[in-house]
Amino acid sequence: MNIDAILLMRTEFLLVFQIIFLIIYDLFASKSGRKGLDVVACSLFIISTVIGFFPATTGSAFGGMFVADAMNGVFKSVLNIGVILVFLQSKTWLNNEYTEHKKAEVYILIISTLLGMDLMISSGHFLMFYIGLELASLPLAGLIAYNKYSSESVEAGAKFILMAAFSSGMLLFGISLLYGSTGEAGLYFDTMRNVIAPRSLQLLGMVFFLSGLAFKISLVPFHLWTADVYQGAPTNITAFLSVVSKGAAVFALMVVLYKVFANLFDYWEYIIYGLVVVTITVGNLFAMRQHNMKRFLAFSSISQAGYIMLGMLAGTPAGMSSVVYYILVYTVSNVGIFAVVSILENKSGKHDIGDYSGLYKTNPKLSVAMMLFLFSLAGIPPFAGFFSKFFIFMAAAQMSYYVLVFVALVNTVISLYYYLLVVKAMFITPNDEPIAYVKTDFSSKLGLAICLSGTLLLGIVSYFYSYIQQFAYGLF
Amino acid sequence: MSIPMEFYLVVSTIMFFTGVYGFITRHNMLAILMSLELILNAVNVNFVVFNRFLFPGQMEGMFFSIFSIGVAAAETAVAIAIIINVFRNMKKIDTSEVKNMKY
Repeated sequence: MNIDAILLMRTEFLLVFQIIFLIIYDLFASKSGRKGLDVVACSLFIISTVIGFFPATTGSAFGGMFVADAMNGVFKSVLNIGVILVFLQSKTWLNNEYTEHKKAEVYILIISTLLGMDLMISSGHFLMFYIGLELASLPLAGLIAYNKYSSESVEAGAKFILMAAFSSGMLLFGISLLYGSTGEAGLYFDTMRNVIAPRSLQLLGMVFFLSGLAFKISLVPFHLWTADVYQGAPTNITAFLSVVSKGAAVFALMVVLYKVFANLFDYWEYIIYGLVVVTITVGNLFAMRQHNMKRFLAFSSISQAGYIMLGMLAGTPAGMSSVVYYILVYTVSNVGIFAVVSILENKSGKHDIGDYSGLYKTNPKLSVAMMLFLFSLAGIPPFAGFFSKFFIFMAAAQMSYYVLVFVALVNTVISLYYYLLVVKAMFITPNDEPIAYVKTDFSSKLGLAICLSGTLLLGIVSYFYSYIQQFAYGLF
Repeated sequence: MSIPMEFYLVVSTIMFFTGVYGFITRHNMLAILMSLELILNAVNVNFVVFNRFLFPGQMEGMFFSIFSIGVAAAETAVAIAIIINVFRNMKKIDTSEVKNMKY
């Protein structure tokens, strides 16, 4: 272990440092010191994110178990941005009387989840991958069941932990089959890539592996836990789940598919093809009939995952950069929506779409912000969501998936309908008792401002996409 | 006379799919947790058997199963804590009754 390895793993080491620091701070801080815990945690995290942007050394540590390349750094920075936005919006929620005494737990658990995701993304060996995956999902169950006295929250937590354990069991079974058929050289990604061939045991292993990860990304046949968990979890944790957790699973799947299963492209192509069609369509159709805002966003995020997989299917550098770009844009718009939902929920306790009727009269700024985020998710031109969808479609069309792109386009039109239902409720539908005026605190305002500028600028300023593009690599 | 590898694999496969079946059909959350343990243990058997019979020169499968046992223990601890909390809130842990949120 020398200084080079520490530099390679700087993101992870910074996260570990933050976890330890926050535990000690929480133990020993005075009462007034604990009030500043949010600020301390946020600013530490922002510093570590900024450090993550500096160009890093590339290479591998621990005998190839941990691989750091430039693209991994980009993945981690995207996830870090999502976590910052979640931190900023959860301050109000954390400082109510029920959670104030245990608010440090949220920061510690979120950062440990992020540590697991980072390890998972930059793993070079299936053991590391598995440990990262578990580290990313176990603390998350604690976060989901965080509201100890809300039966919905614990129900969601139970559902999540059981499904997460089941999916990781499936994934592990797949890895064990792969080990049996290709294990001579060990389970390292770069050696496995060469020995993997379309033999039945390896295909079976790949299918188990894919279905295990598809649970995490909540692609359609494996999506049934999503809506319940998203509804039951505290709103800010739902934002974290829908953006950071999903994004990390997508990145990890992309790394494994491109690095390990490259020889089996002809096989997983069909699997992903089917998953994309079903995911986008079913997610859209179910989103239409939801009344609860969080359930609605759950199904919307399911269908967004379908678009993300479409970019992954292309298998070119353009496909990879469009996926990362899409997740970045999706992060800012979705966390923005969740910020508005949580601001309104903290004050009024309401989160039905019907309750939002007439919101424009009482909370004009919040409703305009929400409208812009929804437009971005739906993909209306001046906003970033349009460009991210455009890049995804372009990457897929270049590899001549015309039918798939057509299906996705039709679904974009359908999704416009249900996103506009929310806008219509806020601006047009009359309501005698709309949610009263809500005063937004500073940190939520800051978060909303970042999200808004992200949705407005990420698409128009071409710097971001070309920055991601220079690191992207393809299948072959 | 030693037992051939296939016998172990049949056992582990039966364990895995019994676990999957139990996960789907059981109604008690603790029984579901037991099924999960069955799944994870089937994987451990797989790893150890492949390592012992196919690649006796290395220890990778053994290490993998040790890690997986450890992680499974952590997973069970978290899951049981959450299930206890479910019981405290709702006084029942039957999945057909814990259904505040549904389609």
